[in-house]
Amino acid sequence: MIIEVLLVEDSYGDVRLTREAFRDANQSVHLNVASDGVEATAFLKRFGAHVHAPRPELILLDLNLPKMDGREVLAQIKNDDSLKAIPTVILTTSDAEADILKTYRLQANCYLTKPAQWDAFESMVKSIHDFWLTKGKFAQQGSRV
Amino acid sequence: MAIEVLLVEDSPGDVRLTQEAFRGANTSVHLHVASDGVDAMAFLRHEGSHGSAPRPDLILLDLNLPKMDGREVLAKIKGDDNLKTIPTVILTTSDAEVDIVKSYQLQANCYLSKPVQLDEFETLVKSINDFWLTKVKLPQQKSCA
Repeated sequence: MIIEVLLVEDSYGDVRLTREAFRDANQSVHLNVASDGVEATAFLKRFGAHVHAPRPELILLDLNLPKMDGREVLAQIKNDDSLKAIPTVILTTSDAEADILKTYRLQANCYLTKPAQWDAFESMVKSIHDFWLTKGKFAQQGSRV
Repeated sequence: MAIEVLLVEDSPGDVRLTQEAFRGANTSVHLHVASDGVDAMAFLRHEGSHGSAPRPDLILLDLNLPKMDGREVLAKIKGDDNLKTIPTVILTTSDAEVDIVKSYQLQANCYLSKPVQLDEFETLVKSINDFWLTKVKLPQQKSCA
């Protein structure tokens, strides 16, 4: 079974590292990338070029993004009845307490900070994989209450 | 630094296994137990004999509970501006799609199903410790911006 993950990340390097780490961890993960907040919401709402976009099982969301901030993307996801059940993990360089608290208030599912070192970054992606995609139960694609 | 975890669980056997697994994984974890939904809410709201209860860093919540159901406890936590930032992980024997979707709709932070085998149960508790209490950034206690 293919596991669809949406990575919302504007740093080309971080996208590449994440892709490589997922590839090593699990061949079934299909990593979709949106490089700004507007593109992320277009993907999730299947606007424009994203009309055939899959519903992701997991969203990895950076906070500092061009066009539309990650906090605003998160608020849109968690205020949309058809999207709010998708687990949304914040993955950002910020470890500011204000960001941590604000995103939990907006109902982020969890908050992780990106390590600066490559091997620690790889190990973080592996932890996300091992915990969320192996231990965690997520709703089947398209399931609604 | 002590990490306060509230386990809401009515099965004494599962409480004991969870206590033992945390003891093996992380001696900083201080596990508090509420054996029904009413007791859990009293703990979180410092009511009755829970006047000096600490604010938990993490809540582990079973779904099927006496007096007040785990789904209702979850809805109350996530509907309370003061409590909603506490990460709440569902830990239940149910792996019914309807429970998974409903819990995520109610803004559970994560959904895990309890394994039947003892060693797998221990591994799961260790994963919760490794991921939620080690990798994840949790909001600081008492913060309520």
